[in-house]
Amino acid sequence: MNFNLFKNIFFISCFFFSSFAFGQFSISGKIVDQDGEALVGATVYVMELSTGSSTDIAGNYLIANIEKGNYSIVFSAVGYKKIKETIAINSNVTRNFTLSEDALLLDEAVVIGYGTARTKDLTGSAAVIRSEDFNKGSVTTPEQLVMGKVPGVKINSNNGAPGSGSTIRIRGGTSINASNDPLIVIDGVPLDNGGIAGSANPLNLINPNDIETFVVLKDASATAIYGSRGANGVILITTKRGKGDDINVSFTTNNSLSSVVKYTDVLSAADYSDIVNEFGSQTQIDKLGDSSTNWQEKIYRMAYINENNVSVSGGLKGVPFRFSAGNKHEEGLLKRHKLDRYSTSLNLSPKFFKNQIALDVNSRYVRTDNFFTDQSAIWAATQFDPTMPVYSGDTAYGGYYETLFTAGGNSGKPIPLAIRNPLGIVNQKEDVSEVNRFIGNAKVTYSPNSIPELKAVLNVGTDIVNSNGSVSIPEYAASNFQNGGFKTQYEMEKSNQLIEGFLNYSNSEKALKHRLDVTGGYSFQEWSTKSPSYPGLNIAGDTLNAPGIPTETKNALLSFYSRGIYSYADKYIVTATMRRDGSSRFSPENRWGWFPSVSAAWIISEESFLKDADFLTYFKARVGYGITGQQDIFYDYPYIANYQEGSVTAQYQFGNQFVSTLRPDGYDYNIKWETTSSTNIGIDFGMLNDKISGSFDYYLKETSDLLATVPVVAGTNFTNFILTNVGSMKNEGMEINLNLGLLKTATTSIDLGLNATYNKNTVTGLSLVPDTSSVGIQVGGISGGIGNTAQIHTVGHPTFSYFLYQANYAGQGLSYGDWESINPIEDSFVDQNNDGVINIDDRVRFGNPNPNWFLGANLNASYKNWFIGTSVRSELGAYVYNNLASNYGNLQAGNSTFNSSNIHASFLETNFQGNSNEQLLSNYFLEKANFLRMDYFTFGYNFKNMLSDKFSLNAAFTINNVFVLTKYSGMDPEVVGGIDNNIYPRPRIYSLNLTFDF
Amino acid sequence: MNYFKKINYLFLITSTVMVFSCSKRLDLEPPIGLSSVDVYKDANNYEKVIAKLYAGMSLSGLHGPSGNPDIAGIDEGFSQYIRVLWNLQELPTDHAICRWNDVGIPEMCKMEWSADNSFVKAMYSRIYFQIPIANVFIKESTDESMDEKGFSEEQQSTIRIYRAEARFLRALSYYHAMDLFGNVPFVDETTPIGVFYPEQKMRPELFNWIESELKAIENSLLDANQIPYGRASKAAAQSLLAKMYLNAEVYTSNPKWSECIDYCNKVINDGGFSLDDNYSELFMADNHTSPEIIFPICFDGQYTQTWGGTTFLICAALGSTMDASDYGMNNGWNGLRATPTFVNIFSDSTLDTRWKFHTSGEKVILGDTTTVYQDVNIGEVLTNCPDTSGYLVGKFSNIDQMGNPGSHVSLTHSDTDFPMFRLADIYLMLAEASLNNGDQGTALTYMNFLRERAYGNSNFNFSIVNLEDVLNERSKELYWECTRRTDLIRHNKYTTSDLLWSFKGGETNGMGVEEYRNIYPLPTYDIVNNPNLEQNLGY
Repeated sequence: MNFNLFKNIFFISCFFFSSFAFGQFSISGKIVDQDGEALVGATVYVMELSTGSSTDIAGNYLIANIEKGNYSIVFSAVGYKKIKETIAINSNVTRNFTLSEDALLLDEAVVIGYGTARTKDLTGSAAVIRSEDFNKGSVTTPEQLVMGKVPGVKINSNNGAPGSGSTIRIRGGTSINASNDPLIVIDGVPLDNGGIAGSANPLNLINPNDIETFVVLKDASATAIYGSRGANGVILITTKRGKGDDINVSFTTNNSLSSVVKYTDVLSAADYSDIVNEFGSQTQIDKLGDSSTNWQEKIYRMAYINENNVSVSGGLKGVPFRFSAGNKHEEGLLKRHKLDRYSTSLNLSPKFFKNQIALDVNSRYVRTDNFFTDQSAIWAATQFDPTMPVYSGDTAYGGYYETLFTAGGNSGKPIPLAIRNPLGIVNQKEDVSEVNRFIGNAKVTYSPNSIPELKAVLNVGTDIVNSNGSVSIPEYAASNFQNGGFKTQYEMEKSNQLIEGFLNYSNSEKALKHRLDVTGGYSFQEWSTKSPSYPGLNIAGDTLNAPGIPTETKNALLSFYSRGIYSYADKYIVTATMRRDGSSRFSPENRWGWFPSVSAAWIISEESFLKDADFLTYFKARVGYGITGQQDIFYDYPYIANYQEGSVTAQYQFGNQFVSTLRPDGYDYNIKWETTSSTNIGIDFGMLNDKISGSFDYYLKETSDLLATVPVVAGTNFTNFILTNVGSMKNEGMEINLNLGLLKTATTSIDLGLNATYNKNTVTGLSLVPDTSSVGIQVGGISGGIGNTAQIHTVGHPTFSYFLYQANYAGQGLSYGDWESINPIEDSFVDQNNDGVINIDDRVRFGNPNPNWFLGANLNASYKNWFIGTSVRSELGAYVYNNLASNYGNLQAGNSTFNSSNIHASFLETNFQGNSNEQLLSNYFLEKANFLRMDYFTFGYNFKNMLSDKFSLNAAFTINNVFVLTKYSGMDPEVVGGIDNNIYPRPRIYSLNLTFDF
Repeated sequence: MNYFKKINYLFLITSTVMVFSCSKRLDLEPPIGLSSVDVYKDANNYEKVIAKLYAGMSLSGLHGPSGNPDIAGIDEGFSQYIRVLWNLQELPTDHAICRWNDVGIPEMCKMEWSADNSFVKAMYSRIYFQIPIANVFIKESTDESMDEKGFSEEQQSTIRIYRAEARFLRALSYYHAMDLFGNVPFVDETTPIGVFYPEQKMRPELFNWIESELKAIENSLLDANQIPYGRASKAAAQSLLAKMYLNAEVYTSNPKWSECIDYCNKVINDGGFSLDDNYSELFMADNHTSPEIIFPICFDGQYTQTWGGTTFLICAALGSTMDASDYGMNNGWNGLRATPTFVNIFSDSTLDTRWKFHTSGEKVILGDTTTVYQDVNIGEVLTNCPDTSGYLVGKFSNIDQMGNPGSHVSLTHSDTDFPMFRLADIYLMLAEASLNNGDQGTALTYMNFLRERAYGNSNFNFSIVNLEDVLNERSKELYWECTRRTDLIRHNKYTTSDLLWSFKGGETNGMGVEEYRNIYPLPTYDIVNNPNLEQNLGY
């Protein structure tokens, strides 16, 4: 206080001095926020004079030497709404201002690639999600924090297994066979998209509690700075770090219970017996057991999840730091399945040499210990004869009832191809892994005090993963009785090294008419993966499977990039970026590519004709165009003719010796990346004093040189299929985002966020097959007959369109769409070409697994210290092929060669007798997969200032996966890829979360 | 300012250094394996590449029994060379029927395949996997090329023999292409690897080319008594020539009976082969000891593992009430059956040691087999069709002559080799060609050699034979050895109504099909991909 007083006296004396000395005046005062607290570093800018000042630590400002006159003065601070006033200065003026928080956060710095920009200056499509808006409840993997929050970003968890991954698609996928995953960058280190042996999902090695913000870059003008990796969008994750001088400690503990929501609909023991007695042969009737077992109930459980996180952050001797440690113990619904995660992170951001050098060090180390229950138990539980008991009553095969040979030399031994006891599968396989991951980076920023606009940044990062695991099955387990049990192990080492440097010139911190932000730099990144190969042994140690070929692979990317943002009078903004990428994955001739983008924005609300419009507080129009690429093709040497040696079990006999084999791999010397050119037109707006704000975007993404795996011209390569640049594809769509501040009073607030996305995907070329007689590339393998596929890529249609026979119905003449209520005639299909035979030419494309529309709604409300929140997500227009019903919803399914097996309950409606290939591919089994899911509902109470003003407790009760509304008949309509074959059920989770801050 | 300058210089210098050093770091090569440039620099690698060419007919990829496949787009085991050749040569005949519902199988049984049939595609892909690899090997093993690489004379003479074997294996695959597909794209050691469109060679042209290739290498190959087991000898090339001549009329419209007789005699007189005493031993785990097999495709439970080949021929045939352990396997797949038409040609039934059928005894009695086949699942499934129905075929087995099972640790993969050419086939070819040339005496002699082995005595010897007898004898002797389709076509019984069997043409009792089905279509994808190709007539 003394200091401030002194300072005030000093300032005041300065005024007097200056006005006295030059006959000029000054303006001074104090700027505070809504709560009356001083705003440090707020800017005061006199437009006419192009001069300004900023507030000191007490919120005071002073601009001296102003000649008499009327001036437009702007008061602004990051995160607050600015105030512009015309002030007549004819004496030394003192004006105090209260800035209110800016709902749109227009001045806030947003992390973009290689630097930051103010939200206001963004010309591309970027969405920011801060930790306070993250999804609540038991979230194990980071991407699930923002599920349903961002238009254009579709995130679907792959299944309900602990730590399982998600499929993330930003504005549709741009590729057929290259990766469709966005690039994920954590604190400036781009991650590797590839999987990790022994980990359900590489992202679950990042503790979601350490994350501060997600920035999703969607259009090319935002992602072109990431060049050959930008086509599928970029997600920038910034982790939490220390601020201020106080030391804050936060402790969170979360305890949850999870349970199965719905089982797959198969016949009960009673129904099954009735059907076998009615339709079965005498042998089958004789085989019926007298138990009644619901196998699905036997393999699942009520599971427990416990998570604890502690963080300490603040400043230590002027060095901001944050340290966190956490552990999560998550049991899966499937018995024995579990994930244990231990994580630590440390951020330090000291400054040296009079703040000229800023160091930013992030390091995080995570270890997960996994126990994977054999998920084939899920399938087995829907198939195993429900009239059989769980236990046989004797000790053979671990005591489990198993299907055995009843005659011959193998009598009493398990029939190898029979379905195994589901609980036996669960309990007789030990599949454990340990995964360690270290991600760290050190960023040095040098900004000379003499030229504060200039910054030189050097960033060095590393991401190292090391995993190992083992599998073992005892010799008495029926599943591996033939072999005398089974054991094997695996290991994987991955490393990702980054070095990059860039120079940045920016005067945009200042309130100038011409602002410029120019960045130029380079980056080199190298990824390597190594895994040795181990044999499969039986318990006695005999080799069952020889070791395969070990993996060792490496790729590197060298890049140069630049970006310029020019803004005039805070109204007109132009951004141009250019990147040049060189990838080791392609031949020297095809290795280098240019990825440019240009975009512009016009803040119309700053124009004089809208300036005073109260209803429209903010209105910005954006337009951008750019070219990005995709080079993540899952293989590092596609252009090199490489000879590989075969395994021990793949030798050939010459005389009395076995000679190992050497084979050339197929290759395409001319392979290069895909390029996607995209156009984005959008608006951002704020209305009614920003009570309503939002954005609208239209986009068009056109991919050329599309990488697809297509048949080779026979005789011209060492294989029959090759990944090559053959086609083109288009994604077109629009996004709407609305934030509604429904109510805001001193005690109550209600905020609603709504978003909607429309996306349409069309294959526009598969140029190696230009012939219209070609049906397309058949994909989407289904179970039930090896080689059957249910989907197809065809020019003029979306990727993965279903390709099926159209069923005939009893009430002929009814159109497709009415089928839901009427049963089809077995093995009777529409002869589309009227040639008298039903063959592949009669298959028709019906819909696809991707929704036309996906929607999200988020509601947060508080009253005094109470709060509630919920998030709802919906997908419309997608279809799911019910492979369980098609393959097992018939009598033939019960007539397995090797044992009796259960039948899918759809049989009760269809009475299908057999499952011919055509029947399997009947469009009867294609169902609309529209759904609306409440991802979470939370409510709680904030105990503020409990023991002291520093101690607070936040208690929340959350339900995850509250409900799903759908007409889909299967277990869950959210099936990634669209072919429903028994996914690991997504649990409903009830959790209690307590956060202590002190 | 000083600071800034210093640091900035440092920054610029380090970045320049990094950029230059990094640029080279984009030249990465696979750490595992050898680039094509390096592989042929080392004379020792030639043996491994030729081993892969042989293994291309027995393994489906680089990791037995599956993993790192040679061809994609189809299940590895399904597409193994011998398995898919077997499917194309035996499934659309009276020899076999398959009760599985996997894609493409019912079509094969019913002779309703399209140009997109997965087995048609797989056979074509296997053939055109073999040929380019052989081409590169042949190109890299010319005398000039070996001189250039500085190989020693000893190395060169070894590689020269491998080169002849590579040409044989290429000719064998082209023979399969000619026999199955007729008019096919042609590539040899002069054509490149990469995007181009090979020209189509018509069947008679291809016949001439294969003939001249085989004649050119006949004397470069080792004699049968010098060659290590598994590799192709002079006799293998001569057998293939004999087979080409036997069917020459089908391929070129000009019969070549005399040439067939000449080459059969060469094999018989110079090869040093003799009939195995025991028919069963030709198809057992230790059949590599048989004196009759001229050219085997080798399989081994430990070192040459696959889900195709003889593992398929044994396991897919095992089912019903058969006991897998009697056949040296842990398990049957219960897929294949013989048709009643075929079972019925064994009029003297169990006295013939080639009778290897198994019935459950419950429902099937000889002479009443048709009713059973109306139950068999080939797509139109009847729920009361028992797994035990039909005649199963226990010809191939993974038991050795001592009664011991094969070497695989859990008896999942067989040791039994597949006889691609064997002496009995040569005898039957000689008999047929002689008969066509009006030489009843030779035909009778060689036919009766086989009768005597089959019955163990001369009581069932022929006193006179006609072409029908030869065809039936071939059927009984060589069933499931990938020759039936070719034999039926030569005798004009494949597509016609002269011989009917269950489900021929999709009819329960069989019916003739269009003549164009005598050759398979080229897969649609290649017709679309390669503008130089014209689809076979009718497809």
